[in-house]
Amino acid sequence: MTATGATPTIVLVGHGMVGQRFLEALAERGLTATHRVVVLCEEPRPAYDRVALTSYFSGKTPEDLSMTDMAFIEKEGIELYVGDPAETIDRESRKVTARSGLVVDYDVLVLATGSYPFVPPVPNKDAEGCFVYRTIEDLLAIEEYAKAKATTGAVVGGGLLGLEAAGALKGLGLNAHIVEFAPRLMPVQVDEGGGAALLRTIADMGLSVHTGVGTQEIVTDDSGAVTGMKLSDGSELATDMVVFSAGVRPRDQLARDSGLTVGERGGITVDEQCRTVSDPHVFAIGECALAADGRVYGLVAPGYEQAETAAATIAADEASFTGADLSTKLKLLGVDVASFGDAHGATDDCLDVVYSDSRSGLYKKLVIGRDGELLGGILVGDADAYGTLRALTGSVPPVSPEQLVLPAGSGGGAQLGPSALPDEAVICSCHNVSKGTIRGAVTDHQCTTVPEVKKCTKAGTGCGSCVKVLGQLVNAELEASGVEVDKGLCGCFSQTREELYEIVLALRINKYQDVLDRYGREGARGGDGCEICKPAVGSIIASLAPTIGASGYVLDGDQAALQDSNDHFLANLQKNGSYSIVPRIPGGEITPEKLIVIGEVARDFGLYTKITGGQRIDMFGARVEQLPLIWARLVDAGFESGHAYGKALRTVKSCVGQTWCRYGVQDSVRMAIDLELRYRGLRSPHKLKSAVSGCQRECAEAQSKDFGVIATANGWNLYVAGNGGATPRHADLLAQDLSDAELIRLIDRFLMFYIRTADRLERTSTWLERIPGGLDHVRDVVVDDSLGICEELESLMAAHVANYRDEWAETINDPEKLSRFVSFVNAPDTPDPVVGFVPERDQIKPDLPLLTIGTRPLEGSAQR
Amino acid sequence: MTLAPETTTLKVQLRVDDAADDWFPVCDISALMPGRGVAALLPDGRQAALFQDRAGRLYAIDNRDPFTGAAVLSRGLIGSHQGRPFVASPLLKQRFELESGRCLDDDAVTVATYEIRTA
Repeated sequence: MTATGATPTIVLVGHGMVGQRFLEALAERGLTATHRVVVLCEEPRPAYDRVALTSYFSGKTPEDLSMTDMAFIEKEGIELYVGDPAETIDRESRKVTARSGLVVDYDVLVLATGSYPFVPPVPNKDAEGCFVYRTIEDLLAIEEYAKAKATTGAVVGGGLLGLEAAGALKGLGLNAHIVEFAPRLMPVQVDEGGGAALLRTIADMGLSVHTGVGTQEIVTDDSGAVTGMKLSDGSELATDMVVFSAGVRPRDQLARDSGLTVGERGGITVDEQCRTVSDPHVFAIGECALAADGRVYGLVAPGYEQAETAAATIAADEASFTGADLSTKLKLLGVDVASFGDAHGATDDCLDVVYSDSRSGLYKKLVIGRDGELLGGILVGDADAYGTLRALTGSVPPVSPEQLVLPAGSGGGAQLGPSALPDEAVICSCHNVSKGTIRGAVTDHQCTTVPEVKKCTKAGTGCGSCVKVLGQLVNAELEASGVEVDKGLCGCFSQTREELYEIVLALRINKYQDVLDRYGREGARGGDGCEICKPAVGSIIASLAPTIGASGYVLDGDQAALQDSNDHFLANLQKNGSYSIVPRIPGGEITPEKLIVIGEVARDFGLYTKITGGQRIDMFGARVEQLPLIWARLVDAGFESGHAYGKALRTVKSCVGQTWCRYGVQDSVRMAIDLELRYRGLRSPHKLKSAVSGCQRECAEAQSKDFGVIATANGWNLYVAGNGGATPRHADLLAQDLSDAELIRLIDRFLMFYIRTADRLERTSTWLERIPGGLDHVRDVVVDDSLGICEELESLMAAHVANYRDEWAETINDPEKLSRFVSFVNAPDTPDPVVGFVPERDQIKPDLPLLTIGTRPLEGSAQR
Repeated sequence: MTLAPETTTLKVQLRVDDAADDWFPVCDISALMPGRGVAALLPDGRQAALFQDRAGRLYAIDNRDPFTGAAVLSRGLIGSHQGRPFVASPLLKQRFELESGRCLDDDAVTVATYEIRTA
């Protein structure tokens, strides 16, 4: 193929994701060493992650999205011309001319020009305020216009990208509309049932969806700017901007101009080696190519495979691209959507197994073949099983299909781990990496972490949807090959928290130093421990205090030195060194007299007050020496510690329940108070939150709590392992229609089992996801007593309940403990001058002119 | 109660001026709890954080947490890292070596240290 004796030249036109993958494939085959490689890139920046384009609106910068390692480009000697597209190709003399006038002779030309957004030919489609959604530059323009001129935006197209675009508009603060011509959203990927589940969830998020209508005209004002759009049903939609996201078309103009054959509906016609049918020196890959199977692939994984094929062909390896899997998994606007294999059931004699719960936006369909083999499926709302199911496609699953679609916690659902997969199962479809290859990375290439395996195999570096399965596989393989994975709590202990708990309980050790000196790592024995293991062991000792003969008071004796700073001062340290105070308000029920006391205390000490999310009142801005004075008044008025500072039970929220509410079926307030008083002061691996709702309307949000209780006509339903916060998780139903006594007994067991087996700082939600067997295992243990430990769990809790004492009442009656509550050991009456406040909205806030490393300027601070 | 009086009245002292042999008395040794710290106000308005480890060794560093500006290092938990004692800030958990003042989590940051003794 060499032209004139000089170094043979490969010219790549287009530097998108597929182009970049092609360059990597050239380098892997050593072609960058033997060839001159020239890249002509039209966009002003080199290849970036177009799949993750929308993450720009959630804070990713264009730099974060970049997929181009400039060190790689340099090392491989690749000549990359950015912002300089190819304009003409002279196939006769094998020359490409770029816009800048640069002329490059080629031996091999590879076209990876991608696609362009399709804009339907409606009147005024180019008006001011009309955009497409394809490049970083498009996003920058949309953002600028939305911020300056728009309050409402409409997206034309309800496919993948359309939903992403609509989510982006909503994120920019606009009222977002989606206009889709098909009768459902994502018509290509999901069927009618999946579309309905998706529609409900998307509509619940506040997006307006118009399906089954087409766009007929863009309406503009006198200045030519968008004001609305006319729809095919005769209605008009007022909008300030329009984003077209109605699909893409292959960008094949350059090929057409140079006389290469293109398909009837576009796309440069190539053979199975990705070589154009017209010219053996020219290849086409990615979205601009019309593959040998007659399809244009718009997904990145097939594009990558084409890039590999072209590179292998150029290197004279055998490779072919005969078609690709169209499986996709996406998180659209926070909703999981996945489809794989024969999602629409096109195979003869196939049958569907469907689970549909439109109330929670769940839809799962598996397509099963004549002999029970899995052919494909659609998952909406929960696509956790995607990685495993896709890899099982083509084989008969080890459990029945109905078990695979039932949700976890329903009693019938089965979670199939990656261990069930055969070695040839494809885990990463973006890079076509099989389970066997991943196992090989661990066993043959000594990779011991997920990042190393990613680097070695490229698995998980495409769309990322397989990373969870990848992590499970790597860990399983490491354990199987006997590699030591250090699961120790910290540098001082090689044991996990669970193992330390068992040691403390079995041997009745009640001193941290004994645990460290006898069971710590070699070099740590006799030392001071560290900030990780001291509070962790302190918490175990506190949880088991009455049973192991330790004081139940966390500031007693040696225990005091173990407590985290907040527990040590029984208050929450805030950013300027002052503290906040949260008295317990069980169930959120409080008398007017007590409210007045809180008001008076806050007023007298000048504290900032705020209602918390857990139905309590937080008072901020107390200096350390004020804490005992404040608590003397609170204890006197009947308050006790709310443990807001501890890894302990925080609150049990409640709705007003049957007593007042016309819908209530049980007395939720009384139950919440009972639960809060029962479990108050219970030290645990992390904080514990709870709530009780008086009916199924769930006003107390119990399903977002570590343990949540919802009233039924027959008693109580207990939900466990819910969470709000950064990683929300709906709680799972553990048991139904429980009596008061049954409910309390089950919670006793559940909490003590969690305290016994969780890792340090592991909330119930992550704990339940981690422990082998998950919810089913926990149910076996705490409901069916499969381990025979329920009696012990109950007696541990009974001991805690019997021994509870209020920490603050204890402290204010102990002069020795009170002496610690000073700013300065040598000047007990002097307040810390660094703690200052300034007014804001009729209250105080910390005076903090100082968030850089350097000397703190005290001037101008309002001292108090 | 036959303890020698000098052992019960040992005073913790800080050297507040490197040049002069100027030792500032802070408190009785009994005010320090092994594993925890206390804060002291120095004559010039600076604040020191004083610690005693399990073996009874004493350390003193500046009380101000350079990452937040709050005077809270005395309220952190102490531990040892590769045999060297440190305190973890109770706010954002950066660790500072008690002997050198060096921050173990950010090479660019160091807090002042004070000589400390009992007498």
